[in-house]
Amino acid sequence: MTMVNLTLNGKQVSADVPDNTLLVTFIRETMGLTGTHVGCDTSQCGACVVHVDGESQKSCTMLAAAAEGASVTTIEGIANGDSLHPMQQAFHENHGLQCGFCTPGMVMSAIELVQDNPNPSEAEIREGLEGNICRCTGYHNIVKSVQAGAKMMGG
Amino acid sequence: MPEGSIKDGIGASVRRKEDKRFLTGSGRYTADITRPGQLHVHFIRSVHAHANIKAIRKDAAEAAEGVVAIFTGEDVAADGIGGPICGWVVTNRDGSPTNEPPHPILANGAVRYVGDHVVAVIAETLEQAMDAAELVEIEYEVLAPVVDLANAGSGPQIHENVPGNMYFDFELGDEAAATAALESAATVVELEVRNNRLIPNAMEPRAALAEYDPIDDSYTLFTTSQNPHLTRLVIGAFMLSIPESKLRVVAPDVGGGFGSKIYVYPEEAVCTWASKKLQRPVKWTADRSESFLADAHGRDHINKVRMALDKDNRITGLRVDTVANIGSYLSAFSVVTPTILHAPLLSGCYQIPAIYTNVKGMATTTAPVDAYRGAGRPEATYLLERVMDTAARQVGMDPAAFRRMNFIPKDAFPYQTPVALQYDIGDYEPPLDKALEMIDYKGFEARRAEAASRGKYRGIGLSSYIEACGIAPSAVAGALGARVGLYESATVRVDPTGTVNVFTGTHSHGQGHDTTFAQIVADKLGVDIGSVEIIHGDSDRIPFGMGSYGSRSLAVGGAAIAKAVDKVIEKSKIIAAHLMEAADADVVFADGKFTVAGTDNEKGFGEIALAAYVPHNYPHDRLEPGLEETAFYDPLNFTYPSGTHIAEVEIDPSTGVVELVDWACCDDFGNLINPMIVEGQVHGGIAQGVGQALLENAHYDETGQLITASYMDYCMPRADDLPNFKVDYTVTACTHNDLGVKGCGEAGAIASPPALINAVIDALAPLGVTDMSMPATPEKVWRAINDAQTEAAE
Ligand code: FES
Ligand code: FES
Repeated sequence: MTMVNLTLNGKQVSADVPDNTLLVTFIRETMGLTGTHVGCDTSQCGACVVHVDGESQKSCTMLAAAAEGASVTTIEGIANGDSLHPMQQAFHENHGLQCGFCTPGMVMSAIELVQDNPNPSEAEIREGLEGNICRCTGYHNIVKSVQAGAKMMGG
Repeated sequence: MPEGSIKDGIGASVRRKEDKRFLTGSGRYTADITRPGQLHVHFIRSVHAHANIKAIRKDAAEAAEGVVAIFTGEDVAADGIGGPICGWVVTNRDGSPTNEPPHPILANGAVRYVGDHVVAVIAETLEQAMDAAELVEIEYEVLAPVVDLANAGSGPQIHENVPGNMYFDFELGDEAAATAALESAATVVELEVRNNRLIPNAMEPRAALAEYDPIDDSYTLFTTSQNPHLTRLVIGAFMLSIPESKLRVVAPDVGGGFGSKIYVYPEEAVCTWASKKLQRPVKWTADRSESFLADAHGRDHINKVRMALDKDNRITGLRVDTVANIGSYLSAFSVVTPTILHAPLLSGCYQIPAIYTNVKGMATTTAPVDAYRGAGRPEATYLLERVMDTAARQVGMDPAAFRRMNFIPKDAFPYQTPVALQYDIGDYEPPLDKALEMIDYKGFEARRAEAASRGKYRGIGLSSYIEACGIAPSAVAGALGARVGLYESATVRVDPTGTVNVFTGTHSHGQGHDTTFAQIVADKLGVDIGSVEIIHGDSDRIPFGMGSYGSRSLAVGGAAIAKAVDKVIEKSKIIAAHLMEAADADVVFADGKFTVAGTDNEKGFGEIALAAYVPHNYPHDRLEPGLEETAFYDPLNFTYPSGTHIAEVEIDPSTGVVELVDWACCDDFGNLINPMIVEGQVHGGIAQGVGQALLENAHYDETGQLITASYMDYCMPRADDLPNFKVDYTVTACTHNDLGVKGCGEAGAIASPPALINAVIDALAPLGVTDMSMPATPEKVWRAINDAQTEAAE
């Protein structure tokens, strides 16, 4: 067992978990935040993307213990009270989601993409989201959402 | 299009009510649910395609830490547990019935595909169950697999009661007439196509959590289902003998289905069964590898096509001989998909006087194959739209002109095809014209030349499709072998304060019903959309329902809701008449208000609702108190969306990579309730069709191992594989439902594969290439180019 201490959505949390606990399992099961999803077992789909110290990270591909001391942000942690994060708002306005399963990972990836590149072109967005699979939307409206989100985030 | 009376009514692109929970991580999917004391089940699956089970040794595993129970097929048999049933069977050419083999929920004596369920290991934690599974020894006698569809009939017999590995041998149409047309044709066009096997890959893997309540001997099953009531019926009545009143099935938020979550699978039944045996909740969540192995796959046909043309290039006949891979067991809609949902679509949007088709459904030692987005209709459209292009090329006509010339003319509706369907309405030229304009068809040759100057081959491809949505009516479906009805139910319950609850038997797993259905209700009742709540996915809350598939939700479920709302309005009018002391006939309802013609008397909808529940001044002699109405709606016919999709591609001859550079489509879905949601459905459908045409392929090797069992090997469309899509509509309103709607969920997936492959062939046609199979991978395309160039050089 390993004691894991980290900051989760701004709150200090700690738990004693088996050594091989993945970060996604820590988030979903130990901490009960089920907004982060698991869509594959080969680190391909991006449904599990969270931010670790501000960087996008596939939480299925990282041990919880490796996030010791880090600041982890999940989809539950980006809205400001009742008002959505601009990227969440942009996905809503532009119909960037259907079943919602890929959405948390998609939004988290999109936020980091825009943080790194405040004014991305369509091609840059498509390439930047290559690690997130969506089976529902055909990506058209996701791209539109990210463009709008980038504008709203001040790019 | 009917004018919305309020701003969020019919026809408005209202932003979705359901979005917020998904965007904030508060969606509630089955895997997110945890019950106190829950156990976890891990399934040991067959590693062989075909084998007899000689022995299962589980003692060591049973003694492992945390293990609570280990079940095998013997335990299932001892408890008399039944298997999933086939929901629709057909009659063979010779009058005999479909051969239906047993499908035990845990293999009993034999396994028939890699991934078949053999042992259920149940433990306190998932890790303990998986560790213990390593200690279970299974002794197999390996048998020869049956993988090659074309030769499945001569392989070793897979099921005792399926001779020649043929489940069914179906036919439709007039064989003599089709033969005569082919014999007297000026031109005969021949084509053989393979509709590649796909794996649905909803992003949420399947999951189930069952809980037994000993106090009233009842069960609750949370499951990833597109149709919870059917799950309840099948598990209750056919598998576990639980009275339906004692089984509650909840399909909460479901992360996509595309057909794969229609069927009842063994895992759900095992969880339910074990929850009583162990008196604890039992949970299972598939990992993606299990989804690849054991979700029902889609498509997988071989179609031999012969089309007859007269001297004016009009189609005079069509014959299609199909071999369909049904896989190891008969999944719920595995039989209806390549037959009833396929053969009647072979007329497409064309006047074809004589059609005949034969479909043989074969058993193989591969995963069960069933309906996947479009279900039978993509296969029909693919072969038809491929042969249309082949024919146009053969007779030297422009493919658009050849289609136009053979379209059913708009004054020919209702149109009776020679393959059972009667199309109520349609007009196929306007969407063709619009799509041609949207993609600038006229300017294509200039673009081709410009691409050539950059060393690229550019091609354009069309597909004009028809689809049939909302399978109906029940009586006809029953006559054709359906074992269920195909109506839909809706209850509209108005609260005393005027808020509205709508209970629908359809299920939303991405389609946005919370919004679309609320728009219909808000529009009709003149209330704010925010006061309308759509409730679905819980067999204890909804009267009954057939779920969502076949683009039926709006055309059948939405129409049922509209009917229930009409009943509410009828009752409200009588209450209003009483309150305003007017005759019923003088009361008019519009914009949420009841008025009496010629007076300034008026009552709001909310006032009527209150009066219905506080009936102090009330027409008790005529009405019961309360304001709640239920409607069951059984449609008179299928609905028939249609349209044209056009793809434009560029091929790099040095790599064989096909770049999809443009897409234009114009669809006729009848009236649109929420154009934004409709457009999203079109986008998603096209993306899946592009996946089929360029990227995706489920491949079993000759030993029956699934080679493409992860996202490393099965190529899913990603953001950078696709362009933006140009989408537009024409409208011919459906004639037999009150909303005039047709359905839009599958059109993109149906129309797109042939458009793309036609474009690829068009790009390579100057080299002499005339055929390309799906998926058109870089390797295949590169080889085709190379072979053509080598041939030209010789
Ligand atoms: S769950 Fe698929 S990448 Fe993490
Ligand atoms: S919205 Fe369903 S997978 Fe993206």
